[in-house]
Amino acid sequence: MDILQICIVIFVLLLLVKPVGTYVYHIFSNEPNRTDRIFGGVERFLYRIIGLKQRGSMNWKKYALSMIATNIVLVAVSYILLRTMGALPGNPSGIGNMEASLSFNTVISFMTNTNLQHYSGESGMSYFGQMIVITMMMFTSAASGLAIAIAFMRGITRRGEGLGNFFEDFIKAHVRLFLPLAFIVTLLLVGLKVPQTLEPMRAVQTLGGGMQQIPLGPVASLESIKHLGTNGGGFFGVNSAHPFENPSPLTNVIEILSMWTISASLPYTFGRFARNKKQGWMISSVMMTLFVAFLCLTYFSEKAGNPLINQLGINSSGGSMEGKEVRFGIAQSALFTTVTTAATTGSVNNMHDTLTPLGGLAPLAEMMLNVVFGGKGVGFVNMIMYAILGVFICGLMVGRTPEFLGRKIEAREMKLIAVAILMHPFIILAPTAISFMTHLGTDAFSNPSYHSLSQSIYEFTSSAANNGSGFEGLADNTVFWNVSTGLVMLLGRYISIIALLAVAGSLAVKQKVAETPGTFRTDNKLFAGILTGTVLLIGALTFLPVLVLGPVAEFLTLN
Amino acid sequence: MKTTVTTAVGEEKWNGSLWGVALRTSLVLIVLCGIAYPLVCTGLAQLIFPSQADGSMVKDSTGRVVGSELIGQSFTDPSFFQGRVSSIDYQAEGSGSNNYAPSNPELLKRVQASIADWQKNNPDVPVSELPVDLITNSGSGLDPHITPESAKAQVPRISKLRGVSVDELNLLVERYTEGRDLGVFGEKRVNVLKLNLALSELGKS
Repeated sequence: MDILQICIVIFVLLLLVKPVGTYVYHIFSNEPNRTDRIFGGVERFLYRIIGLKQRGSMNWKKYALSMIATNIVLVAVSYILLRTMGALPGNPSGIGNMEASLSFNTVISFMTNTNLQHYSGESGMSYFGQMIVITMMMFTSAASGLAIAIAFMRGITRRGEGLGNFFEDFIKAHVRLFLPLAFIVTLLLVGLKVPQTLEPMRAVQTLGGGMQQIPLGPVASLESIKHLGTNGGGFFGVNSAHPFENPSPLTNVIEILSMWTISASLPYTFGRFARNKKQGWMISSVMMTLFVAFLCLTYFSEKAGNPLINQLGINSSGGSMEGKEVRFGIAQSALFTTVTTAATTGSVNNMHDTLTPLGGLAPLAEMMLNVVFGGKGVGFVNMIMYAILGVFICGLMVGRTPEFLGRKIEAREMKLIAVAILMHPFIILAPTAISFMTHLGTDAFSNPSYHSLSQSIYEFTSSAANNGSGFEGLADNTVFWNVSTGLVMLLGRYISIIALLAVAGSLAVKQKVAETPGTFRTDNKLFAGILTGTVLLIGALTFLPVLVLGPVAEFLTLN
Repeated sequence: MKTTVTTAVGEEKWNGSLWGVALRTSLVLIVLCGIAYPLVCTGLAQLIFPSQADGSMVKDSTGRVVGSELIGQSFTDPSFFQGRVSSIDYQAEGSGSNNYAPSNPELLKRVQASIADWQKNNPDVPVSELPVDLITNSGSGLDPHITPESAKAQVPRISKLRGVSVDELNLLVERYTEGRDLGVFGEKRVNVLKLNLALSELGKS
């Protein structure tokens, strides 16, 4: 039954890839489309309000600057709102202002689509804050990421048209994709018992005679966009493990598909832009292969359970249930964990800190590779980067100038790609090392020995990959962790975005090379193999030592 | 093929004030996504699904609200079915757990204490029949469910303490066992609060 339910979810995903990928293509291809009649009016109204008179195409610098400018405004406004939250309306539980370093961490975290949370929703965020800062940023950060991915696709597939207009893409992503979908998913979730109310926390006398404070709030409207936008920040401290955020296996499946579908559909969208659907499917197949491998590792490791507990002679057929919920069991927990770190969502329906060593290695490795589906756009763009690197390596081996989609890959592109690829391990490994050199870092570790390394490396990997899940035992609400992870999130998001837009801008103005029988094809099985190999090789070279010292060493000591 | 809005080659044609547009775009979206969207959702949710939207509260036979069916409660009285281990003792205002790594010695200590506790309170049920979910901490600390096996393992103890027959209690557990969603998703489970509510009604009639 476990395998069956996992297969059904994957099957439904595969059914959704084509229609959703096509829809996303139609939104951003800017060709006249049936949906214009529904959304066109609203969009023109919004363009008028924001003062967007002409919607001409931008070059990569202007596109990047527009995105960053919008993000800066949103960060500034949100920071002020969090710092003055206590005095603002919509605060029935009387929550105070957020502290400065925590506010810094929180606004960066949500703007970069990371959603690492060093606060706990029940006690640290008013309803107004949940709506106007958290929910709002869940939309805008997802739309920013998606716009970048679309601009990148335009750049590498079309010649001489610029990358599109950022503000137009940004508004369209909200109006045609995220708002309508979020609305539907919200109502579905409320129907399945996720609360959506402005009533304050409710005190009840329990059946056992004690008192219980039941927290409520506008949960469903946050929950839907949290997954659709691959954001991942929870309304409550324990995120989607909380029975109000994720009350049943059915809501679990809805949340999994919400976060997975758009990310998994982008390669198909890319295939449409490139006018070569095989190219899109090739990328999808590489992502799916890596995903299934990691899913198996987590599932079988969790199913086998914790050897130290199993040997106590209890009925251990349930697997490793520490940190998991009974309604999800091992199958729905392992699937959620693998999807949330693949799609860089970062919501959790079980506590990743409590995963068995190899079960925890899979999500960590997925974030280290950062190409398996990926969040709104980022994973896809990273995958293309590896594809160009793969083409480059093959080109070196046969002594030809490498080409990708009919454009010559030259020194400028390779330098930018090298920056983007090397930045990721650098901003993970360097801060992890620093965290071990000072008690400001080591004081936060809650688990002993090898696992403390896993805690630190997980926190920075999650920040760098803009994932946002955590080994949550880490006592991370300190100035050291707030500032260090805040900086890592900033670098992880914007450096790679700028580098990749520069690559797209550079490819966009190149002459197309005619295809000959000697052209190295990038849309077949051979190249899928090369791409998988490139990803794994680079990943292993950079991260294997630290994985051996953390999860693998813990695994060996347990057995 | 050219897009409809672009005019010529890659050079930008757009000369509006970039920062002004960025500022107005941000403000518009703050209102749209941060205020309008959640409030419209709240209004509709309250209209269509009022009880779900307010947290699925459960009432006893006298009509008193005793909690939410989704939020687990602490049952220390051994004549009730007991839920999973919770480091926060089901205090719902701060969900969470200890986040013990599998290699953490504290985890082993806590599990061993739970097992010793079990042996003391349930002398008729051997440890080999004690399911793992009863001695592990749920992720939320608020897990409302236990597995059907965990409920059945507690039946002999409750039968002795309440003087209700084992068969009757087993029937009750079966009645309150929820199947997998749509017959396939998730796990079979028993809602501890609902089961205990039925158990306490059983005594009254």
